[in-house]
Order: sequence, then structure tokens, then C-alpha cells
Amino acid sequence: MLQIKHLRVSINQKEILKDFNLEVKAGEVHAIMGPNGTGKSTLASVIAGRDIFEVTEGEILYKGKNLLDLPPETRAREGIFLGFQYPVEIPGVSMANFMKTAVNEIRKYKGLEPIGGADFLKLMEEKKKLVEIQSKLNNRSVNEGFSGGEKKKNEIFQMAMLNPTLSILDETDSGLDIDALRIVANGVNKLRTKDNATVVITHYQRLLDYIVPDFVHVMYDGKIVKSGDKHLAIELEEKGYDWIKQELEANASI
Amino acid sequence: MENDKNNIIQELTQGDYKYGFVTDIETETSPIGLSEDTVRYISAKKNEPEFMLEFRLKAYRHWLTLTEPTWAHLHHPPIDYQNIIFYAAPKKQQTLNSLDEVDPELLKTFNKLGISLEEQKLFSGVAVDAVVDSISVKTTFKETLSEKGIIFCSYSEAVKEHPDLVKKYMGSVVPYTDNFFAALNSAVFSDGSFCYIPPGVRCPIELSTYFRINAANSGQFERTLIIADEGSYVSYMEGCTAPMRDENQLHAAIVEIIAHDNAEVKYSTVQNWYPGNKNGDGGIYNFVTKRGFCKGHNSKISWTQVETGSAITWKYPSLILKGDNSVGEFYSVAVTNNYQQADTGTKMIHLGKNTKSTVISKGISAGKSNNSYRGLIKVSKNAINSRNYTQCDSLLLGDKCGAHTFPYIETNNKSSIVEHEATTSKISEDQLFYCLQRGIDNESAISLIVNGYAKEVLNKLPMEFAVEAQKLLSISLEGSVG
Ligand SMILES: Nc1ncnc2c1ncn2[C@@H]1O[C@H](COP(=O)(O)OP(=O)(O)OP(=O)(O)O)[C@@H](O)[C@H]1O
Ligand SMILES: [Mg+2]
Repeated sequence: MLQIKHLRVSINQKEILKDFNLEVKAGEVHAIMGPNGTGKSTLASVIAGRDIFEVTEGEILYKGKNLLDLPPETRAREGIFLGFQYPVEIPGVSMANFMKTAVNEIRKYKGLEPIGGADFLKLMEEKKKLVEIQSKLNNRSVNEGFSGGEKKKNEIFQMAMLNPTLSILDETDSGLDIDALRIVANGVNKLRTKDNATVVITHYQRLLDYIVPDFVHVMYDGKIVKSGDKHLAIELEEKGYDWIKQELEANASI
Repeated sequence: MENDKNNIIQELTQGDYKYGFVTDIETETSPIGLSEDTVRYISAKKNEPEFMLEFRLKAYRHWLTLTEPTWAHLHHPPIDYQNIIFYAAPKKQQTLNSLDEVDPELLKTFNKLGISLEEQKLFSGVAVDAVVDSISVKTTFKETLSEKGIIFCSYSEAVKEHPDLVKKYMGSVVPYTDNFFAALNSAVFSDGSFCYIPPGVRCPIELSTYFRINAANSGQFERTLIIADEGSYVSYMEGCTAPMRDENQLHAAIVEIIAHDNAEVKYSTVQNWYPGNKNGDGGIYNFVTKRGFCKGHNSKISWTQVETGSAITWKYPSLILKGDNSVGEFYSVAVTNNYQQADTGTKMIHLGKNTKSTVISKGISAGKSNNSYRGLIKVSKNAINSRNYTQCDSLLLGDKCGAHTFPYIETNNKSSIVEHEATTSKISEDQLFYCLQRGIDNESAISLIVNGYAKEVLNKLPMEFAVEAQKLLSISLEGSVG
């Protein structure tokens, strides 16, 4: 579904992703871990199409198409969803209005009629239940005045509404209390099918107890330096990143 | 712009002009330029009583002593008042046979606004058959009103049918001495609306100029007078969201509102005159004097305006809070795009005790436009315990436009509180990207964000207006961010 090959990305002449490679197939869950500032969010932004980053080399294929040719809204309509690490507030725009606009733009792209008012409200209710979100959500402005945890839940709610093919969840677990973490993880699990895929970016092994990954990748200095299964996350939690660094240095000195 | 004006003038003057006054009622126009004779001509054509002619002449003579104001943050070539046709009424719009003859761009906008086909015809000057011409609507409308003793008619009709009310109130809030454009309007105004709500009556419907016969064509010097007698209430809507075709470049309107004891008037405007093209050619110059007088105690007047049209807008709907405990409100959204210029705001003059005013202004500038807020809050010595809250926000789209704020505050007693808050922000890339990532394209994203930004004001509009006003904001900003 997603193939990232030899990707190099810079911002303000500073290279952040350095020969990054990753393949994600339908039905899979990948976890990406790595120290602060290694470029995890940058990767997510580049996949979503944020234009402040400059791709200097490499390619991204999504469903066989050259993703880098598509504007961000088309990527979203093609089923790419980004759960933001820092969701922004949009004052005065109600969640209902925001979601309805998004849902209908995606429907239009697929050649479908706009969703009717009643059906839309039903959909909202159904998906709110999935993340056990409070019922007042519809009239609240997008993320405005939401607590940190509420913002993260709201990202998963939107994911549920838009039913994406590839979801990238950037630290959706940080800022969540234990109950919320379970709720969010359950939500993600319920949305899992054999046709879609999820990439979770996280610092904590704990999330991976709930969302069990098929692959765990450790990212360091702009690229993946180690990959494994869920046990890698446990090992990482025990040994810390120094372990990875030492391994890298040892390899380099050979 | 000059060229356009000359073309228009040519169009209007070609043909019979050399013979002086044109006799065909359909195309009747005064001679070009302004003189005492023009004023007399207008008054005579309208069969006005003597007091009206006197009023006009006084205004005209005063106007001669004035010069056009230059303090506003506006730039335009000088207006040649001797090169304008001041009276061209009852000017009928050119009648088209079907919508096929209407400018496709205009139709696109109509469709985006969701205006029904029949209304589209009405707005664009296509002949409508008797059933859909809203005559019948208007009749039931008039009946409902007259049962309650409400008078809602054209200014000309009021002059003839209710001369005492006109004599008593005309010019009592905006005297012809007020300013250059007010003097001009008082001398040559063509028509407008008149509304009187008797004591204790709550007007059961939103009064809309749309329902008043001839409303679409009151001409460039329009005048409105609204009187809310003791304990009455009325909500009045001016304009419509459809793009207004008009060949007159200069508009100078006057609106006067009087609220007696315990009366309340809500005045909502959507202004969507032709703004000129993308290069800044053409467009309406809109110089308006709007003022409300909270004459009685506990009276309340609120202005809500959505300004998206005109090449130049010069407009400060103001309130004089004379009655004790009276309340004044001003809610404004002003959008400028391309080369549009707006200098708008309000004046709140606190005279009575415990008077309260609220000012919420949202300026949105895009393209190469300039958007200024100009506001005066004046609290007189006797207006003890008065309060004002002003919030004045500017939103910039792109980096070639300008937003300016000119607040003037004058407080003459110690018990009153005047608060002023101002912010200037840019539409944030993060917000835009968040929308894009959800599949919403740039234009819809801007429209969402801008509507959200203006929501506080849009919420004040009557329902009928609000939905269309929202769409209008989006349309006005189309193509503003690449
Ligand atoms: N807009 C930007 N301008 C300049 N530098 C940036 C920008 N965005 C990211 N960077 C830099 O790129 C590097 C990678 O940042 P990124 O946010 O991708 O890290 P991360 O792996 O997600 O970190 P964290 O775990 O803290 O979220 C950092 O050094 C960061 O400062
Ligand atoms: Mg990050």
C-alpha cells in the first residue's frame, strides 16, 4: 500500500530524513519509535503533503501512485489520514460543520452525493461512541478549549468518521490517561480491517500492549536503524535508546 | 475607473439629452450635473410638497459650502459632481427575456448563493410573470402590517401620506449639515424606505427592503427613516445577498433611526454592491451616513452589517445614546479583496446615564485591499456609570493587504468604563493544513476558517440573512489565496 524509498527531506537547508525506507502492506500495523527530534513527525507531515518540507530525493508510492505528485487534500481523499501530534484549534468552526465539510468533500471525490443531515448526525453519534466522546462535541469549535486528552480522542473520532485506508497516528497516546489510552486503542483496533493499515508513532511501549503491531521500527537521525516485531518495543523500553546508539557506533567502527 | 464612469454617463445621456429633459417616463433623467435647478427639478418630478423642496434647497446651499472629506484611509480619483446624473427615475432596469441573456458569471454566483431561479430572474432584471412577481407576497405582507398600524412604505409615499411624521423626524438624526455626503443626499435623494412602528407594537415579521415595491431601484441616493415608538420592536433588513447590478458609481445613502422609550430596533445590512474587477477597475463608491438615536430611556438599537461589496466603503453606523439606560450595539464584518478599500466603524456617543454600548468589528482583508476600522467612543460628563466594550479584530489573508485600526476614545466622567481590545492575525498555515489533511480544499478551508472567525457577528443576523451571508463571505474571498 505504501512504499517509501530512499527518501531525503530537508527544511531550511537542514536535512531531517536521510535515506528513509519503509514498506507498509494492507492489514498491517507498524509502530515507529525513536528519540525526540529524529524526524518522526516530519515523516508523517511529508506523507500527508505538508509543503514546508522539501523532498530532495527518493519517492513515495501509495496504492501504486506517486504520492508526491498529489496535493494534500487529494491524498486525504485517497484515504490518507494523519492524527496530529499537536491538533490545531479552529475557532468558530463547529465540529459538526467541519466534519460534514470533510465527509462531503471526500464523497464528492468518490462521485457520491453529499450525505443527508439526518444520516450525518447518525454517523456522528455512532463514531462518538467508538471513542466514548462526550455528546456536546457537535457544537464545539474544532479543538478549541479541548484538553490535551480530548484533542487526541478527537483525532481518532475524525479517523473513524473519515474511514481512511492508511492512518498515521503521531503520538496519539501522549497526554492520555490510562482509561483514555485504552479507549483510544480500542477505537483504533475496531477500525482495523484487512484492507487498511496503521502507522503509530509513539514513545511508549504501553500503547503497543493495546494496539499490537506487526512491525516495530526504531528511527534514529532521520532513518530506520532497526526493525523487528513487538518484542523490539519491549527490549527498547528496557534498554533505552543508548542501546541503539551503542550498537550503531559499534557497527560504524567495524 | 474614469473610463467606466464616462461610458456610463454616455449611456445615460446619449439620445435625447440635447433637448434637455427627456419626456419618456421610462428613461426620464435630469440634466447632467448639480445646480439649484436640478434640485427643483427632482422635487417637481416627485410632486413633492413645499416643505420637501425647502429642505432640499437648504441642504444644497449648505453642500456648496463644503468640501469632500479627506480624513478617511481611502484613495480614489476626485469625483466630478458636475458629471453625474442626479435623477434618473423611475429608472427601470433593462428587461431581459430569459436567464440566457444574463452574465454567466452572475448566474454562477447566484447558484453558489443558492438563490432560486425565480429570484435570480428578479435580481438580474429578467421579466417575471405575474404569479412569481412577489406582488401577492407583498400584498399579504402589507395587510399583516397595516392591521398592527405599522407603516412600511417608500419615502416618497411617506412624504405624501404621512407628511407630519416625515416633517418631525427627517433630518433629526442626520441633519443635512452633518457632513458632505449627508448634505448631498439631502439635496438630491431619490427615494428609500420609511417605517413607523406604533407604541407597544412588536413587528411580527422581519421587515425587508426586498418586499418593498421598487426597493431594488431606489437609486444611488437612498434614504431610510425608521421610527420605533414607545415600547415597540422591529427588526429591519437592508439589502440582499445577491450581487447588485447598478450602473451608478457613486452611492451616498442616509439611514436615520429613532427609538423612543423602551423601544428596540435591530438593523441588519448585507452590502454586496459591485466591488470592481480583479484589477480594481470600476466598482461602487459607497459613502453612507447611518445613525441611530436612542432617544428614550431603556431604548436599544443594534447595527449588524456584513460588508463585502463596493470598491470603496465609507460607513460608520453610529448611535447616540441619549435615553438613560439605553443600549447600543455594533456588529460588523467587513471583507475586502483585490483592490477594495473599506473605512468603516462606528461612533457611540454616550449622553444618558447607565448607557451601554458594545462594538464587535471583524475586518478581513485579502488581495491588495485595505481595511480600516475607525471608531469613536465618547462618554459625556453626564453619562455616569456608562460602559463600552470594543473588540476589533483584523484577519489578513496574504501579505499584500492592509488592516488599520483608528480608535478614538473620549471619556468625560470617572464612573464610566471604556474597554478596547484589538487583535490582528493571519490565517494560520497550521489551520489550513489541518483542513487540507481532512480532504477540504484550500478555498473551502479559507471559507470555513473565515466564517468561524466572523461567527460572533454572523450569529447576530436574522436567520434569513445568516446562511446567505456565510456563502457570500466565501464567494467574496474566492481566489484570494493561491
Ligand atoms: N518547521 C520546522 N522548521 C525548522 N525545523 C523543523 C521544523 N519542523 C521540524 N524541524 C526539525 O526537524 C527535526 C525533526 O523534527 P520532528 O518533529 O520530525 O521530530 P520527532 O521525531 O517527531 O520528535 P518528537 O518525538 O519530539 O515529536 C527537529 O530537529 C526539528 O527541530
Ligand atoms: Mg513528533
